[in-house]
Amino acid sequence: MAELSAQAPQDSASLRSRTLPEGLFGWLLVGPAMLFIAVIVAWPLAETIRLSFMDAGLGGESYVGLENYQDLADSRRFHQTIVRTFYWMFLSVGLKLMLGLIGATLLNAAIPGRALFRVLVMPPWVIPIAIGCIGWLWLYNGYFGVLSGVLMKLGITDGPFEFLAYKTSAFYSAVVTDVWVGTPMVTLFFLAAMQGVSRDLYEAAWVDGAGRWYRFRRITIPQIFPVIVSMALLSAIFTFNSFEIIWILTEGGPRGATTTMIVDTYKVAIGNYKFGEGAARAVIIVILLGLFSLIYLFFLNKVNKRYGVK
Amino acid sequence: MMDRYTKLQLVGIYAALAVFLTFMLLPFFEMFMASLRPLEHLFRSPYQFWSDDFSFQAYRDMWVTVPLLGRYIFNSIFIASSVTLITMVFVVPAAYAYARLNFPFKNISLGIFLGVNMFTGAVLLIPLYRVLRTMGLLNSYWAMIIPGVAFLIPTGIWLLRSYLEKIPRELEEAAFVDGASRLYTLRRVVLPLAVPGLIVVGVAVFIGAYAQQFLFAITFNQTRELQPLPAGLYEFIGYQTVTWNEMMAAALVGVLPVMVIFLFLQKYLVAGLTAGAVKE
Repeated sequence: MAELSAQAPQDSASLRSRTLPEGLFGWLLVGPAMLFIAVIVAWPLAETIRLSFMDAGLGGESYVGLENYQDLADSRRFHQTIVRTFYWMFLSVGLKLMLGLIGATLLNAAIPGRALFRVLVMPPWVIPIAIGCIGWLWLYNGYFGVLSGVLMKLGITDGPFEFLAYKTSAFYSAVVTDVWVGTPMVTLFFLAAMQGVSRDLYEAAWVDGAGRWYRFRRITIPQIFPVIVSMALLSAIFTFNSFEIIWILTEGGPRGATTTMIVDTYKVAIGNYKFGEGAARAVIIVILLGLFSLIYLFFLNKVNKRYGVK
Repeated sequence: MMDRYTKLQLVGIYAALAVFLTFMLLPFFEMFMASLRPLEHLFRSPYQFWSDDFSFQAYRDMWVTVPLLGRYIFNSIFIASSVTLITMVFVVPAAYAYARLNFPFKNISLGIFLGVNMFTGAVLLIPLYRVLRTMGLLNSYWAMIIPGVAFLIPTGIWLLRSYLEKIPRELEEAAFVDGASRLYTLRRVVLPLAVPGLIVVGVAVFIGAYAQQFLFAITFNQTRELQPLPAGLYEFIGYQTVTWNEMMAAALVGVLPVMVIFLFLQKYLVAGLTAGAVKE
């Protein structure tokens, strides 16, 4: 600190900024980031809302009021898309959390080689999503993919099975790939949280004769619960918005079986140049995600209060 | 003592790990195998797991089929690095402010930042396209860097804030009492102490920027020389044939530099996540 006291007063700028009120200084630090977000996210968002009341395309714009929304409200296909999107989200997030918890527990076990195993989990997270999807595209291929090859060798199917060609198998194949992309991050955050749990707790329980399963259920889970909760929300938002995976694997097909709201929005707006109808879909996505987050946080608050978790 | 496993438990753990890691690594293994198969081999029926015509020919040919491949690999890393650098310039001061200072609308503005996490580029593509066109940035590196930065700023602030909160306040107060300015304290006291946290957040932002450049690239950039690897790989899909084996080889070689860098940085990442996740 001696060095500081010798240097600081000579810095003439420092004398000026020293007198800055805290509130102003705070906004000087936050301001640039806020401005950036305002131009690149907030303004486009406002523009999206405006467009959603327009019949807009390459030819120009005209005001149509709530027509775009009315069309969506009347569209059975759009209702199916909403249901499909939430099913996609709950299924995929559930699997990610479950696999993440199992994976983190395994990687947290004191066994030889765990440093290596921890590194081997990361590649799906680190590489570009689009490249991982190319690998899966290959795996799911009926002619040269190993999955179909194994099925044939085992005699389960007589010929090549194209995983992405049928409605049901395409949907679940896309879920598997999405889980593959999302699991490493969830696993690592859970692992990190598990390492933060005090050993004293485990030792005390162990001395009292508590088994591994009991310690996992009664110490690990409650201790890392806040991380599970925040990862669930974060993961839900990512999964809801997951675009590249579906687009590269199936482009939303076959016959719409993998079309989630985000893919639908992209297809309408970018694929068919129906900017207004696309914008209305985008606005609905934002509203639904916002509502979902609020409801989630509301219930979380209630649960936390009841169990006294801070 | 507590950590001792019986033989049976050990076998169980390793078996479960093997299944888990197989799932995580299967696509990479399959891509590697595909890259070794000659193109005419692919449609052989019945399916062959192994054959004697494997070769590394694709790893030589791919540079000829897609002459710009090296450039694409570079672009990917360049774009992700630029996004990381610019994001950090915005994130560091903001995260410090949220960790330490009181200012009007602090909680509301933090909520707005976190709310941005709910959007992805796919929702805002059309207006974003218009913004970039107005600024004259389409078909440039900026077209891919700027949206990347915007969507990573909130995550960066959220992660870094929790690190900065753990640095003892006393050090800053001591510096302040000694007459150091706020800015000086931030630069000379807080930042050096936050280096491990900065590395973690930097790596996390880099991964985000590197993993998600496909959509912005195919939408906002038509200049071939500037495309990142994921977009560039689509050039292997030709009018007549798709050279799958070369595409797989290129994908693996393309991510190799980042994987190597990552191997060196991963221990900071895991350690840093640990520090970040521990809430007292």
